[in-house]
Amino acid sequence: MSELRGFVRNFILEECLAGEAPENLLDDTPLKSSGILDSMTTLKLVNAIEKEVGFEIEAHEVTDENFTSVDTIVGFIEERAAK
Amino acid sequence: MIHLAAYLEASAARVPDRVAVVGPDGEALTYRELHARAARVAGFLRARGVAPGDRVALLLPKSVASVTVIFGALLARAVYVPIDWSGPPERNGTILTDSGAAVVFGHPKPLAALSPADAARPATTVVVGGEAEGAQLAWAEALAHAPLDEGAAGRSLDEVAYLLFTSGSTGVPKGVTLTHENASSFVEWCTDTFHPTEHDRFSSHAPFQFDLSVLDIYLPIKHGAALYLVSEELGQNPKKLGRFIHDQRLTVWYSAPSILGLLAELGGLEALGKNELRLVLFAGEVFPVKRLRRLTELWPHPAYFNLYGPTETNVCTFAPVPLPVPEERTEPYPIGPACAHCDALVLDNDGIEVEAGAEGLLYIAGPSVFRAYWGRPDLTEPRFISRHEKRWYNTGDVVRLDPELGYVYLGRRDRMVKRRGYRIELDEIERGLHTAEKVREVAVIAAADADAGVKIAAFVAMRAGERGSVIEMKQLAARALPASMSPDVFVFVEALPRTPTDKVDYQALVRAFAART
Repeated sequence: MSELRGFVRNFILEECLAGEAPENLLDDTPLKSSGILDSMTTLKLVNAIEKEVGFEIEAHEVTDENFTSVDTIVGFIEERAAK
Repeated sequence: MIHLAAYLEASAARVPDRVAVVGPDGEALTYRELHARAARVAGFLRARGVAPGDRVALLLPKSVASVTVIFGALLARAVYVPIDWSGPPERNGTILTDSGAAVVFGHPKPLAALSPADAARPATTVVVGGEAEGAQLAWAEALAHAPLDEGAAGRSLDEVAYLLFTSGSTGVPKGVTLTHENASSFVEWCTDTFHPTEHDRFSSHAPFQFDLSVLDIYLPIKHGAALYLVSEELGQNPKKLGRFIHDQRLTVWYSAPSILGLLAELGGLEALGKNELRLVLFAGEVFPVKRLRRLTELWPHPAYFNLYGPTETNVCTFAPVPLPVPEERTEPYPIGPACAHCDALVLDNDGIEVEAGAEGLLYIAGPSVFRAYWGRPDLTEPRFISRHEKRWYNTGDVVRLDPELGYVYLGRRDRMVKRRGYRIELDEIERGLHTAEKVREVAVIAAADADAGVKIAAFVAMRAGERGSVIEMKQLAARALPASMSPDVFVFVEALPRTPTDKVDYQALVRAFAART
């Protein structure tokens, strides 16, 4: 699933952090409280992940906990994929 | 025209057992219940020393309780002040202080986030949706109070009904002061135009601090219809929202175009089938035509209306959208002619009325035009001119007068933009970002964007020895500004470009930004 991590990182760097040095985005950088992911970009990210992994993410799963950081997003998707 | 409290009283007498309001949690109140509770809150307010004209602030998520507070305040002839409960605490404290609120009804979270000085300013704090602490009072106490029984005595249409705080170019939000006449003249126009009945089921998508909430709240209450409150969380989630509209059998929808565009794109509407919407109203910004076309293909049944107007006038022009939206059309729809209760005037730079086909600034007169910015006559006066024995408000919007279509919106000459239905002064963003020590100078611009409608870019020059980080800037914006004002893009520069007179050269920044993309 390192591919997924790269996918999520790339999406956030391109959509939300254009111009940022990639090494500044850490796996535990807060995404929600920092305003990096807002409601609109979260929706776009969920949509992009769904296309990437081939299953749907339910609306109630799009929580601040699951989308706190790159780590939590990848962890959440991996757990869902394993079900 | 009528006092807003009288809308509720009339419906409570006429259709007491019909559902008036349904909260995001499913809690519902009939007209009899809503009126009885609001009268108790009004009695509580009076007992706490609230006199007519005093301000009552709401720092609350949308709920049956927040609607009850609004009508409680109106029954007590007080002025309600809705504040973004999820907004930055410092900004909320400023609004609380500027409005001079005597009472605040708040959710524990935003109340706890206020500075102790701001939190202590209202004489009474009532906690809704949590435990009261210290000197705070419980919501149950307000609801248990004996009802106010003053009837309609002393009411006047000239009384202020509510203050709506919008982004201010000085960096401080300004309070648009609106009277019962302002609000009800618009509501009466809505009645004549949209013909609601007690069988309608209205959405309330916009937060109460937006002027869209005036139609959302008072039109259904006037007609004995049901008001369905959409929570912030549901309101931002197109999949859930599409299902909600379908399952709750809503008949009237009103919102900014951005969420309608998202519904069309990500709402899964294909799978839901036909719903019961008869009216889809949108306002607040330009609806990108590609998305509007998609939405009207997925929802072909309702009638669509483009409503236009700043908070200072509420809706003042409108146009139905003729369906189907032609495949080849890319140009946004016109904002239409003036509403029946408004007069409109388009003046060129010399203050001369323009001929059909020409462009100029749009001025509005009529009973819905606001009185003043709260406590700021210095900001109010420059916005008005006198002509033909009327007082005209300068909307700041540039339009073209089209003899067939009415007005066509072209843009603005100042630094105010609309994004996702939010009105944003770019200067307020600059001031917010400038609070950081590391930032030497900052300039913010807006650029049209085919997908997002508008993008906001901040050009930042850091102090010597500091390195710019987009993540750090985003964090700074999240602390200092509402989420709606956070720039989409940060560009770090050595220094801002200057004009020969040493002002920031915004045109050069606009060109530089366009060249990047």
